[in-house]
Amino acid sequence: MRFSLIIEIARALMTARIKQTLVAAVGVTFSITMFIALLGFMNGLNDLLDGLILNRTAHVRFYNDIKPNEQQPLDLSEEFKDWFNVIRSIKPTVSRVSIYNNEAIIRTLQADKRVLGVAPKIAVQGFFNVGNVDLPAVLNGIAVEEEDRLFAFSDYVVAGDFMDLKYSANSIILGKGAADKMMADLGDYVQLTTAQGNRVLLKVVGYYQSGIGELDNLQSYVSLNTAQKMIGETSSYVTDIQVKLYDFNLSPGLAREYSSIFGIDADDIQTVNAQFETGSQIRSLISYAVGITLLVVSGFGIYNILNMMIYEKMDTIAILKAIGFSGSDVRYIFITIALVIGFVGGLLGLIFGFIACLGIEQIPFETEALPTIKTFPVDFSPKYYLIGGVFSLITTYFAGFFPSQKASSVDPVEIIRGK
Amino acid sequence: MEKKKVIEAQKINKFFFSPTKTQVLREVSFSVNKGEFVSVMGKSGCGKSTLLYILSTMDTDYEGKLFLDDQLITGQSSEKLSRLRNEKIGFVFQFHYLIHEFSVLENVMIPGLKLNRKSREELEYIALEKLKVFEMQDHALKKANQLSGGQKQRVSIARALMNDPLIIMSDEPTGNLDKKNSDLVFGIFRELVVEFQQTMLMVTHDLELAAKTDRTIEMEDGRIISA
Ligand SMILES: Nc1ncnc2c1ncn2[C@@H]1O[C@H](COP(=O)(O)OP(=O)(O)OP(=O)(O)O)[C@@H](O)[C@H]1O
Ligand SMILES: [Mg+2]
Repeated sequence: MRFSLIIEIARALMTARIKQTLVAAVGVTFSITMFIALLGFMNGLNDLLDGLILNRTAHVRFYNDIKPNEQQPLDLSEEFKDWFNVIRSIKPTVSRVSIYNNEAIIRTLQADKRVLGVAPKIAVQGFFNVGNVDLPAVLNGIAVEEEDRLFAFSDYVVAGDFMDLKYSANSIILGKGAADKMMADLGDYVQLTTAQGNRVLLKVVGYYQSGIGELDNLQSYVSLNTAQKMIGETSSYVTDIQVKLYDFNLSPGLAREYSSIFGIDADDIQTVNAQFETGSQIRSLISYAVGITLLVVSGFGIYNILNMMIYEKMDTIAILKAIGFSGSDVRYIFITIALVIGFVGGLLGLIFGFIACLGIEQIPFETEALPTIKTFPVDFSPKYYLIGGVFSLITTYFAGFFPSQKASSVDPVEIIRGK
Repeated sequence: MEKKKVIEAQKINKFFFSPTKTQVLREVSFSVNKGEFVSVMGKSGCGKSTLLYILSTMDTDYEGKLFLDDQLITGQSSEKLSRLRNEKIGFVFQFHYLIHEFSVLENVMIPGLKLNRKSREELEYIALEKLKVFEMQDHALKKANQLSGGQKQRVSIARALMNDPLIIMSDEPTGNLDKKNSDLVFGIFRELVVEFQQTMLMVTHDLELAAKTDRTIEMEDGRIISA
């Protein structure tokens, strides 16, 4: 069978009904445009919201948890070994929160091919002393450059230069909420009492704003050295080792692996932040559902126009069959019409969808909570264009399937006799 | 010399089931030889068109056997029948069925394009030659719906000839034309038979035309009464 003939006939039938054909194509264009715009926008927002937490969270965090010893003296006793022992009111032991031999651990992690980077951290509890009020504070002692490289620290420093934390001793970047409460300006000094009772004066070199109010009220940042000095520890004192991986899906495995090797506790991002994944999955599910609904509706448009065309062109179908076109030839003709409408409409839809996304990206979107965001976020991932394109062809194929089935089973004798 | 049979019907019975079971064709047997011009006559409703649709392979719901070019075609798949129809049978209807979206030339070419044995250029040349036979070459580029009734009928005969079929079947090809056009079309048929030894089977009401054919098959009530 000469395929060009099928196309030629399909084209002739379409040009004969050009207006309806265009309407059907515009339907596809519209739904694909909406599909792309919707998914691009939704997933842009998703990425933004996820990024809010996920970008700043270590994929794996190693630390020593404070918990009761699993092996109580009674369990070690030979005498009660075979007994069922119940002990009440166990208290945690004074285990060290600092990670033993952390330099070796960091070196081992850095050598791992899955690991993008490692940043040590010290968490220090304390109070800011403002007049006669004490504000609770959590100070993170960080390796400034690593923290920035792995967790985009500088993005959230809204005033001052984050590198000052490293270069000037006893400096602090205050959480925006805490800074507002204390009315601390850049260059001011704030007094802090650590949980151990040490008093220190810290110079404010910047503000930190994450967009999550609770964090901004509580968290402030100092350098690793300053933190160690504040609590009177040596430079080998580190309470957390944060690891970022190339592929964060590997985090549970890596956490388990090293946790047992080093004998320390490990959290991975997937376990801790499972709810974020669920939220974004549901959001994209909704956008897919809306997009596909639109496509199905436009599919009905194509279904209608094809049915009408077949009804009007019964004579033509009868002649073609009398001349020697088989049922499947006739079916291909109408499937071709459907696919051409789907392809052209879909392609235009992808282009308009892209333009719509560019437009959305220009709309200003400024919010206190998101200092780095100036306009609406849009995800331009080619994935959605691929899905949109494939779906436009699939729906048009199915929309064309039944009408073309009908056309292929037209009995020419009935039509010719009917004249 | 024994004449070669182009088409042969053996004991064809045809029933219609709606509204009630009625037999439209009864034990119809006959054959048409190569180069023969045969006409079929009979009262309205005696089953001429029904017979022709069966012979053209478009209607497959019948009893009996049908041979085309000495090949049994009863019971063949519809794909196979389509191909046979395309290659070996030319059909001319009472109402000039042309495809209005295409030009006259394209309409004539379509059976050739479908057969797909020759290049487009060759087919265009052949189609123009066919149109010349009917003095329609000047209208080749017109759209099919810009022609008069007689012209359309000539084009549809040209189309039936496109693949040089074994046989041309026509159902009252002049039924819708005035005397002048009807004579013209019949003249062309005659010429095709005489000059190109084209085999023809024509259903007609017109006694005068039937008399000018080689042989007339007369039907009555679904039966052949004289062949
Ligand atoms: N689809 C059908 N269902 C039932 N009966 C039919 C059907 N088609 C035709 N008939 C009947 O079959 C008989 C033969 O019809 P046919 O069209 O073959 O007649 P004809 O000889 O061609 O008549 P005319 O000269 O008027 O064209 C008629 O009695 C007609 O009513
Ligand atoms: Mg008839």
